[in-house]
Amino acid sequence: MEERTTLNRQLAQMLKGGVIMDVTTPEQARIAEAAGACAVMALERIPADIRAAGGVSRMSDPKMIRGIQEAVTIPVMAKCRIGHFAEAQILEAIEIDYIDESEVLSPADDVYHIDKRKFRVPFVCGAKDLGEALRRINEGATMIRTKGEPGTGDIIQAVRHMRLMQSEIRRLVSLEDDELYEAAKQLRVPYDLVRFVHENGKLPVVNFAAGGVATPADAALMMQLGAEGVFVGSGIFKSGNPEKRAQAIVKAVTNYDNPAVLAQLSEDLGEAMVGINESEIQLLMAERGL
Amino acid sequence: MKIAILALQGAFAEHEQMFRQLGAETTLIRNLADWRNFMSSPFGGMRGWAIPGGESTAMMRIMKDEGLFEPLRQAILDGLPVLGTCAGLIMLDRNHLGVMDLTARRNAYGRQLGSFNTEGEFAGIGRVPMTFIRAPYIEEAGPEVDILARVDGKAVAARQGNMLVTAFHPELTDDTSIHELFLKMVASGN
Repeated sequence: MEERTTLNRQLAQMLKGGVIMDVTTPEQARIAEAAGACAVMALERIPADIRAAGGVSRMSDPKMIRGIQEAVTIPVMAKCRIGHFAEAQILEAIEIDYIDESEVLSPADDVYHIDKRKFRVPFVCGAKDLGEALRRINEGATMIRTKGEPGTGDIIQAVRHMRLMQSEIRRLVSLEDDELYEAAKQLRVPYDLVRFVHENGKLPVVNFAAGGVATPADAALMMQLGAEGVFVGSGIFKSGNPEKRAQAIVKAVTNYDNPAVLAQLSEDLGEAMVGINESEIQLLMAERGL
Repeated sequence: MKIAILALQGAFAEHEQMFRQLGAETTLIRNLADWRNFMSSPFGGMRGWAIPGGESTAMMRIMKDEGLFEPLRQAILDGLPVLGTCAGLIMLDRNHLGVMDLTARRNAYGRQLGSFNTEGEFAGIGRVPMTFIRAPYIEEAGPEVDILARVDGKAVAARQGNMLVTAFHPELTDDTSIHELFLKMVASGN
């Protein structure tokens, strides 16, 4: 494998067991870092506001991203539109630590994703199921996250994606060797990736939960379902007490299987983001970029 | 022999796998209760612990809030062997746990585009593969600290008594020699 791909997968390994938080200002970035975030996602508007504002949503202003890079020492990620390789080139030019080729922004290409192998910076991509995850990995993604519905505070989709992916992984593990070729065909992915999952019982890259995480219990739920870490978008800075909620979610990811600790962490957090139920929204961002 | 691995955040599973491969028992430390449990069980003195790679700011924050900071610091000062890789090196330096007489420079090679692989000479072992991920190096060290490896003139591994640190990630390679060296330190009681 390319040396760069390995190094980029390894950075994701360092983020495991951590929380990556959406921030829109250097001040929020500092709050996130102090609360124990393992990385921040720099963007102009958090998903809840993108959803409310409507219209075309694009890569953030590089100057704004640089302001956040200067404010913190932890890795800084930023989003580009699906298929928009020129936005990705710009993010690489400002030495972003990870690019999220994200369905949260308006897609730029309804057929092709970015050829991520052409880049030296790493990419994380969303996936609803195993086929999508392996297609993104084949294109060069070095980290995967669920495509839970962003900006809703509703965890149901992230749960659905993680459960589906884990059950498809278990199914691949159980197949006979000669059945793997057909599985590759059905999943529309290369045989080698199917073989890897069959032998190792996991994706070849780190897999995080994203979309709809609003409480410590949500984070713990996703970790128990097999996530290796958690992205929190609107859930923190749309809540009553961002600092306290951020710290609580960080500790919930560390102690995800310890209900006594989780009970303490869930106390007195102030108001959670109000959220919107999946059935109340018109735009399903997870349907972007399959 | 039992190795406790700080499992607050980061690549603790990789250390766990490596130690198990070498035949050591492991346990994960997530909170004060885990730590007390580890320290109170008898292992014939053959006990060590490891701080993995990850984000040092995240680990420091949780460590302090969980009340782990002082007990860990005291255990090291009392001679408990410790291995720190990357973020682990930073956490053992003067500005964090303050147990090693050295100063780490964080993100010394820049952002992710500065991450790299190389191979270097490690004192007492020979050539070892070295993976640097947004890594620090040792900027300055006191007389008690033995520098064990240098890359481009910068100190990237060191030992001070019961403490062994690397700026790179031996847990990400197939080379077990640094973990073996640490297990020898544990077996000999320092």
